[in-house]
Amino acid sequence: MVTLLDGLSLGAIYALIALGYTMVYGIAKMLNFAHGDVIMVGAYAIFTVFSITGNPVIAFIVSIILCVVLGIVIEKLAYKPLRTASPLAVLITAIGVSNLLQGLAQLIFGTEPKSVIILNKLGSVEIADGIILNISTIVTLVLSAIIMIVLTLFIKKTKTGRAMLAVSEDKGAAQLMGVNVNKIIMITFAIGSALAAFASLFYLIKIPVSPSFGALPGIKAFAAAVIGGIGSIPGAMVGGILLGLVENICLSIDVIAPYTTSIEFGLLILILLVKPTGILGKKIREKV
Amino acid sequence: MAKSKIKSNFKIKNHLNYILIGVVLVITFIMNSIGELGRLDRSTLVRISFSIILAVSLNLVVGFLGELSLGHAGFMCVGAYLGGYFVNVFSGFIDSPLLVYVISIMIGGLISAFFGLVIGIPALRLKGDYLAIATLAFGEIVRNIFKNIKFFGASQGLETKIYPEKEFFIITLITVIVVLILCQNLIRSKHGRAVTAIRDNEIAAKSMGINVTFYKLFIFIIAAFFAGVAGVIYAQCIGQVKQESFSYNYSIEILVMVVLGGMGSINGSIIAATIITYLNILLQNELSGPLASVKLVVYAIILIFAILFNNAPAFNNLKNKLSLKGNRKKSKEKDDEAEWNRIDTKIKMDEMLSYDLPNDDDVNSYSNSKEDN
Repeated sequence: MVTLLDGLSLGAIYALIALGYTMVYGIAKMLNFAHGDVIMVGAYAIFTVFSITGNPVIAFIVSIILCVVLGIVIEKLAYKPLRTASPLAVLITAIGVSNLLQGLAQLIFGTEPKSVIILNKLGSVEIADGIILNISTIVTLVLSAIIMIVLTLFIKKTKTGRAMLAVSEDKGAAQLMGVNVNKIIMITFAIGSALAAFASLFYLIKIPVSPSFGALPGIKAFAAAVIGGIGSIPGAMVGGILLGLVENICLSIDVIAPYTTSIEFGLLILILLVKPTGILGKKIREKV
Repeated sequence: MAKSKIKSNFKIKNHLNYILIGVVLVITFIMNSIGELGRLDRSTLVRISFSIILAVSLNLVVGFLGELSLGHAGFMCVGAYLGGYFVNVFSGFIDSPLLVYVISIMIGGLISAFFGLVIGIPALRLKGDYLAIATLAFGEIVRNIFKNIKFFGASQGLETKIYPEKEFFIITLITVIVVLILCQNLIRSKHGRAVTAIRDNEIAAKSMGINVTFYKLFIFIIAAFFAGVAGVIYAQCIGQVKQESFSYNYSIEILVMVVLGGMGSINGSIIAATIITYLNILLQNELSGPLASVKLVVYAIILIFAILFNNAPAFNNLKNKLSLKGNRKKSKEKDDEAEWNRIDTKIKMDEMLSYDLPNDDDVNSYSNSKEDN
């Protein structure tokens, strides 16, 4: 029970990160490898501001703003000039940006992990006899659920959201209909980065922040996005939660615990073999 | 007469890289026999050799096949662990270290190639971003598994026997030449042209009768083989194989070599691999501790600028100014070509090619797209 709930909360974190990947992929048709490192930057922002001011709310707001600005800057400087270039070039640039952020973080903060205790302070409750649950887990779950619902409503109901859907469907047609494609791509990066800031807050419960803080959840969330079907928003949620559950279940069984990473990535390869577009993905045909 | 002259000119240019490495080999050999070459220099040469093999083999996948592989360090890891293990086994009963080396690079390479086959089969169904992720996942799986196998020393890593003679660098340089001859002849053969055709336009290549699946798998296996060979050399040079050394970052470092040298240029990969490896060793002492991250930042900036410079339209003017070959005319021709391609031919090639089963969905989408026109 506790394992499942922990798995769900981890899955929710993965889902939040995966949403960032999948939205950018759906709209800009590129893999934003630097997304994991935006999470790392967010976590460092929380750490720095929290240790200066001691106020978790201010720290979190600063972190969101910083992540959003960073996401937009990365898009403008590194990805926008390559809009017409081959996907391989964009992918390699994204890897470069990711390494750049990690290197800068190492340069500024050093390699030593720094722990931030914000949500962990909330303690734990006993819901039934013998079942003790951290409040931070519940907070993660509830907040993630709210974020996902808001995001879904935003995309379905607002004008901007529908413009995003239109751009992901057909960029050229959307432009002809008067949608400012560049602006929509920028907004997508901004939303993805804001979600990354939330994910960094929740992930700080689990591990202390270090320059490679975002690398592993980044890769895993990407795997989750691919498992769920990249480009599909419900797919990212399903994939993230599935991966989080698998990870926690594997970790709770002693025999296979060391092989958890292998199992997760094995699942990814298996899904790619059986259904390359993911659980909820659509088939895309290649054009000549 | 004129024809034969062109042919002979062409030949010297084509074989420049082996000749150059041959010259390096002879010079270092002479220096070594005089006693000018220190221990550090010799190990630098070995490291440069396996870096060149890695960069050239990754270039086969990235530059010639046009697919991104992020698991090259994973293949190297397989080669290093298994090759290293067989070095330990064989040196028990075979006296000649050269023979041990040859056998173990073959075994390490073949096992690595087998892994290439295993990962290549799902890779056949994927392309572009998905393939990059699948190979990245593979690299992580390999590390995770080797970390937990007690047989290979678990987290301690595998102790391997260092090549006992001083002249190891000569053997590795000869290996480099052999690898280069193999790769270059492969690329210039019919098969190599098929591979570059797949890179340039997969569907066109398919319609010309090229077996896309076969060639993708083929290149993948060859690249994995050479990565395995590089792994065995690594094991015999360093003496200890640890899974941490083959992380994702190492794959990226090899990718930097390929991109910096120029995708699809073997000579470029050789130069870039040499420079980066040499700088790594040179800066190892200078940039230890907190300054080690400077290296990471510099690599990242080089990578981003190399790509932006070569691909972004904004840099085209600058590129033409700097170009020695007068690319201005050429790029204009290319633009015209692109214009020509953009003309709607009314033939929906993709639908014709991917039209397999006429179920309801397909028929609907086909008629819909017809109406759109």
